[in-house]
Amino acid sequence: MSSKTTNQKAWFFVLPVVLLVAFNAIIPLMTVVNYSVQETFGDNVFFWEGVTWFEQVLNSSRFHDSLKRQFLFTGIILAIEVPLGIAIALAMPRRGPWVSVCLVLMALPLLIPWNVVGAMWNIFALPDIGLLGRTINAMGIDYNFTQQPVGAWFTTVLMDVWHWTSLVVLLCYAGLCSIPDDYYQAARIDGAGAWAVFRYIQLPKMKRVLTIAILLRFMDSFMIYTEPFVLTGGGPGNSTTFLSIDLVKIALGQFDLGPAAAMSLIYFLIILLVSWVFYTLMMRNEDQ
Amino acid sequence: MGRYKWLVPTIYIVFLMLPIYWLLNMSFKTTNEILGTFSLWPREFTLENYRTIFTDPTWYNGYFNSLAYVLVNMVISVLVALPAAYAFSRYRFLGDKHLFFWLLTNRMAPPAVFALPFFQLYSAIGLFDTHFAVALAHCLFNIPLAVWILEGFMSGVPKELDETAYIDGYSFGRFFVKIFIPTITAGIGVAAFFCFMFSWVELLLAKTLTSVAAKPIAATMTRTASTAGYELGLLAAAGSLTIIPGAIVIYFVRNYIARGFALGRV
Repeated sequence: MSSKTTNQKAWFFVLPVVLLVAFNAIIPLMTVVNYSVQETFGDNVFFWEGVTWFEQVLNSSRFHDSLKRQFLFTGIILAIEVPLGIAIALAMPRRGPWVSVCLVLMALPLLIPWNVVGAMWNIFALPDIGLLGRTINAMGIDYNFTQQPVGAWFTTVLMDVWHWTSLVVLLCYAGLCSIPDDYYQAARIDGAGAWAVFRYIQLPKMKRVLTIAILLRFMDSFMIYTEPFVLTGGGPGNSTTFLSIDLVKIALGQFDLGPAAAMSLIYFLIILLVSWVFYTLMMRNEDQ
Repeated sequence: MGRYKWLVPTIYIVFLMLPIYWLLNMSFKTTNEILGTFSLWPREFTLENYRTIFTDPTWYNGYFNSLAYVLVNMVISVLVALPAAYAFSRYRFLGDKHLFFWLLTNRMAPPAVFALPFFQLYSAIGLFDTHFAVALAHCLFNIPLAVWILEGFMSGVPKELDETAYIDGYSFGRFFVKIFIPTITAGIGVAAFFCFMFSWVELLLAKTLTSVAAKPIAATMTRTASTAGYELGLLAAAGSLTIIPGAIVIYFVRNYIARGFALGRV
């Protein structure tokens, strides 16, 4: 880090990146800001509305409900995927021919288009033609995710666990692979048990990759749209209508641009804020 | 307990493969069999669904469209990210840390927020319904990611390499192309893999920015499903085919996957 030299000409190297990203980020963001403070009745005629839309969104029970569902969903999938991912990474072979097989098969769900993931789980979980739906019903449990909110939640969470646990596994595995064998030998000589090895050697080494994993999983699950949209369409009722689904309904379904734009900005700020708080906390712990 | 350790990844992989198997199973069945009977494997094995996809241009063009914008995006993202990542890993300059953080915040922007403004922006500049529009739009989240990954890999290359090359009389351009890029091929592969991955799986923006000429395969699927009724076999076949490009790409980077997922920073 200290070997970096000061060179203002480096700006020329980053200029293409800045221009491309700014084109895609700043112009659309300004459009959103623009809509969020105005009212329009079409024909490009706008009226200044100030913070009306923000107040409306922040006070609407619809937004509160979507936000609660979103936090609940993100909380549940983080609580399942992170410990499960760590456990699987710990149990994976460290060397030998099976490593590649495991990695390739585990990475497969990550590269399936998101609407195909939704469609696949739809077919898999339908109570009449799906393997999962049939199996659960055959066990005597009444299950139909298209009609029961609990069933819909169960299916959506299971789908996300199926889809993304591998990301946590692969990250943790990368962290574990960076631990030299000497560490384990030293631990064995000291008579450390499996728990002590995990707590004092493996977990600290995985901290960095775990930070990345949790951040990525938080951000992506908070933006989730396509998979639940294809699987449940946000239903039954509004039971699986997460923030993005609600936002698209308001913006493109009802074409309420003002409230949609205000909601977009609040939504984006929540993600930024939570990510920043989390990142700062993790980094402070690392410094100690 | 140690002896049964292999069971954990095995059970997990079986769990991962079940829905994929079910999709494949459906894709080889006739619509009648899907709706009429419940069977663990196709009784009347048929390739009809795949034949439809390979002979109907509205279907197979979807694959070409998707691959076209994914590849264009991959090339743009990696090309512009290379010099930027080099700058971030080697130099200190005005606003470097803020710039890096700002780039990463774009990875946190929900595509749903940007769908409508993107539609208006790309319509206004006349790129709507082109492969280039989707490729450019995906740069929003792929460039920051590519910069992040490449910066990690480049920081692992000792600075002495640069200095030795200059002493040997290399110009910066020649050094970068002839020496530096070959040393970080693994990093470039991993960055390209991630760009491919996130561009290939994204649908919301790709669907918003296209209508006919550049419609991605994923969007073709959703529209066919809603208009042509309940053709599950066809849907399953199309879905199964979307898994193949990803599988091929994973196979190529399998040895770098573990390190790549840690973004070169372990």
